[in-house]
Amino acid sequence: MILLLRSFLVPAGSVLLAFLTGGILLFLSGSHPVEAYIALFQGAFGDLSSISRTLEKATPLIMNGLAIAFALKAGLFNIGAQGQFLFGAFAAAVAGFYVQAIPSVFHIPLAIFAGMTAGGIYGLVQGALKAFSGAHEVITGIMCNYIAINMTDYLVNHPFRDRSPGNIVARTPQILDTSRFPDVAGIPLGFIAAIIAAILVWWIVRYAVFGFEIRVVGSGINAARYSGVRIRSVLMGTMLISGALAGLGGAVETQGVVHRFQPGFNTGLGFEGITIALLGRVHPLGIIPAAILIGAMKAGAGMMQFSAGVENEIIDVIQALILFFVTADVILQKMLPGIKWAEGERLSLSTGWGGNS
Amino acid sequence: MDGFPVLELKGISKSFHGVMANSGVDFKLKKGEIHALLGENGAGKSTLMNMICGLLQPDRGEIFIQGNRRKIQNPKIAIQLGVGMIHQHFMIVPGFTSLENIILGSEPVTRMAIDFRKARKQIAALSDQYGFSIDPDAVTEDLPVGIQQRVEIFKALYRKVGILILDEPTAVLTPQETEDLFRVMRRLARKSVSIIFITHKLREVMQIADSITVMQRGAIKGVLSPGETDEQSLARMMIGREINMISNDRSAGAGRTVFEASGLSVNSSRGFEAVSDVSFCVREGEIVGIAGIQGNGQMELSEAIAGLREIASGNIILSGKVMPALHPRKMMENGLAHIPEDRLKYGLVLPFSIAENQILCTYYRNPFARFMWRNRKAMLNNSRELMDRFDIRAGGPEESVKTLSGGNQQKVIISREFSRNSIFLLANQPTRGLDVGSIEYVHRQMLTLRDKGAGILLISSELDEILSLADSILVIYRGRLISMAGKEGADRASLGLMMTRGLEREK
Repeated sequence: MILLLRSFLVPAGSVLLAFLTGGILLFLSGSHPVEAYIALFQGAFGDLSSISRTLEKATPLIMNGLAIAFALKAGLFNIGAQGQFLFGAFAAAVAGFYVQAIPSVFHIPLAIFAGMTAGGIYGLVQGALKAFSGAHEVITGIMCNYIAINMTDYLVNHPFRDRSPGNIVARTPQILDTSRFPDVAGIPLGFIAAIIAAILVWWIVRYAVFGFEIRVVGSGINAARYSGVRIRSVLMGTMLISGALAGLGGAVETQGVVHRFQPGFNTGLGFEGITIALLGRVHPLGIIPAAILIGAMKAGAGMMQFSAGVENEIIDVIQALILFFVTADVILQKMLPGIKWAEGERLSLSTGWGGNS
Repeated sequence: MDGFPVLELKGISKSFHGVMANSGVDFKLKKGEIHALLGENGAGKSTLMNMICGLLQPDRGEIFIQGNRRKIQNPKIAIQLGVGMIHQHFMIVPGFTSLENIILGSEPVTRMAIDFRKARKQIAALSDQYGFSIDPDAVTEDLPVGIQQRVEIFKALYRKVGILILDEPTAVLTPQETEDLFRVMRRLARKSVSIIFITHKLREVMQIADSITVMQRGAIKGVLSPGETDEQSLARMMIGREINMISNDRSAGAGRTVFEASGLSVNSSRGFEAVSDVSFCVREGEIVGIAGIQGNGQMELSEAIAGLREIASGNIILSGKVMPALHPRKMMENGLAHIPEDRLKYGLVLPFSIAENQILCTYYRNPFARFMWRNRKAMLNNSRELMDRFDIRAGGPEESVKTLSGGNQQKVIISREFSRNSIFLLANQPTRGLDVGSIEYVHRQMLTLRDKGAGILLISSELDEILSLADSILVIYRGRLISMAGKEGADRASLGLMMTRGLEREK
């Protein structure tokens, strides 16, 4: 229990430091930090609809955070999550408007499945490149992101463009009502799906044989070789699941929020998964509060701008500061000596360029 | 002023997180003497030396150098005071020449550039002064380990070191290189360099030291000279109890062949043939020792056997079946147990718990897995039983192996490998870096396994280990095996010669 508490220290401290630093910036730019933060909080949690909006914003973040965290367990930095997310969102949109006249009970899961498959396959490609040619997943991930962005741009501009009269934007038609997520008691269905996904991922990492293999590969690749773990299969399997999670994030975004695929709507969500994964200490369940926090900041930014007159870019700055303090946790540990920091499986974010040694 | 202590420690104490690493240590180093500091791993030798080198600060106590009380806040001050340490892992830049390495960090300069001519002269002068030399233009990574070490010594001398600390300098050396090092050490001592020689090899202490300080559990157990003691009593002092030097006094039973390598060739990572056409077999209840200096193909041979490296040609036969290459799991399922050379890298997943490391090779099987899911309860029960049976000292099954001592880490590996009912053990340097107590433990376990009928292939560069355990001895030299008819024909001298020169007579 104490250990569990300790692992909260770094993220909590980082968030606090980020808000303090952000407060100084607010003050310097002539605003009242306390007022701004109160407005932010009200915008995020002030009433039911704002809470609902916060959860809605948190949902794709949970999925992408899970995608990044799951891959990190195997020592893979899935920076390609953005591309997998885009293909997932696109595939779900296509399934959403193309497949017609089937009831919701089938249409919703069908579109989700389409999104997960698209993201998963795209992840698998990067996993296979890593497994068979040793190509570093960060490099291939960045390249694959470009391909995904431009491919989806092309697809919505030409074959799948919304041809309805009056539309001048490059985007797909709206998905059918049968594939849209309903709210369950005010909570967006997508959020519930995200929670289930997080628990499932946690369960796999902790209790599945495959989860053990992933951790062995991630924490000691040589020991994995020694003990006969099939490293290639593990790398590919990990990227398949990680990609499917990012794809699920895309599907949920399409089916729950945007209701069509429109370029520019979702950029950055995949990358924000990195912030979430790190803030959540790469723990599948830690990702949920992390995503809610960032989701709240996004949801409350409007209110902050409206009632405290703060540019909502400040939210991006605070988010960046959080990421900074989480990754540079040494700073935190230096600032607060005497605290026993949790020591778990350390992340290796700065290694891995020259292969796994 | 002969006999005046150049270094004196009075009442040095140091603790880490409440654990006493040094308590009230007094130590005296006389000018021009070779002073052995003897103790098991964890006895506090390194902590003590790190305080002299300025890497750590004592909690209590005083350090006197040349009779003056000094505070050594950092390694720079230590060097100014003439204290230099040569670590087990050399601190040299592999791609640099000897000259560059020696002057690195204290280069003589002209106005704009490094004055290599002056440096060269200085090194030549040092060579004359101390009576041993190196090639200043050789690239260090191409040099044998013993010479690299000499470069390190030169580096210290170049900084005008009067107190030289050698941290287990012979651990990586061949018998011949060790002799050379001892010769250099004696020369330095004659030229008034005082040497602290950290080790746990008793024979070397008796051979080279002028005086011996024995440490146990952070305290000084005694100061003696080699004349008034012997290896047995030193060992007793060091461990704090009686130990028996293990030896294999049972002749090998001629059992069934459990393992065979036939015509085995293996390439190194750089592509050249590291093991050439090697054939041998290991029978039930037999320990076959492969002696040799590191880097003669042992690593490639053992990796090929373990299924970690491609085989260029030839076969590996385990209990009568030809094994596919690159299939470690198949090897293990057919009865291989493996103590890898680098236990931290290959043998253990450091952030994992003891229990998880103990199922590293069987996690996918009953009872540790049912269908797709792991059975944590079975894992923990297994761990508790093994910790008890193999005397692993730790808080519990869920403690991370990272925090264990080297001896206990090796016990975790042994508990895993020896509990699988294996018929063939591949042990590559199973006692490297372990203290005497743990070495005794590992050897005893290996003999027990052998007595139960397993065949053992012991690869080691420790001659003593091979001589005391093996039923038959092979020497590996440049990737080829030289058979030593039996144990009787093998003595230290001829083995040592063969390790360094192969079978030159026959050429």
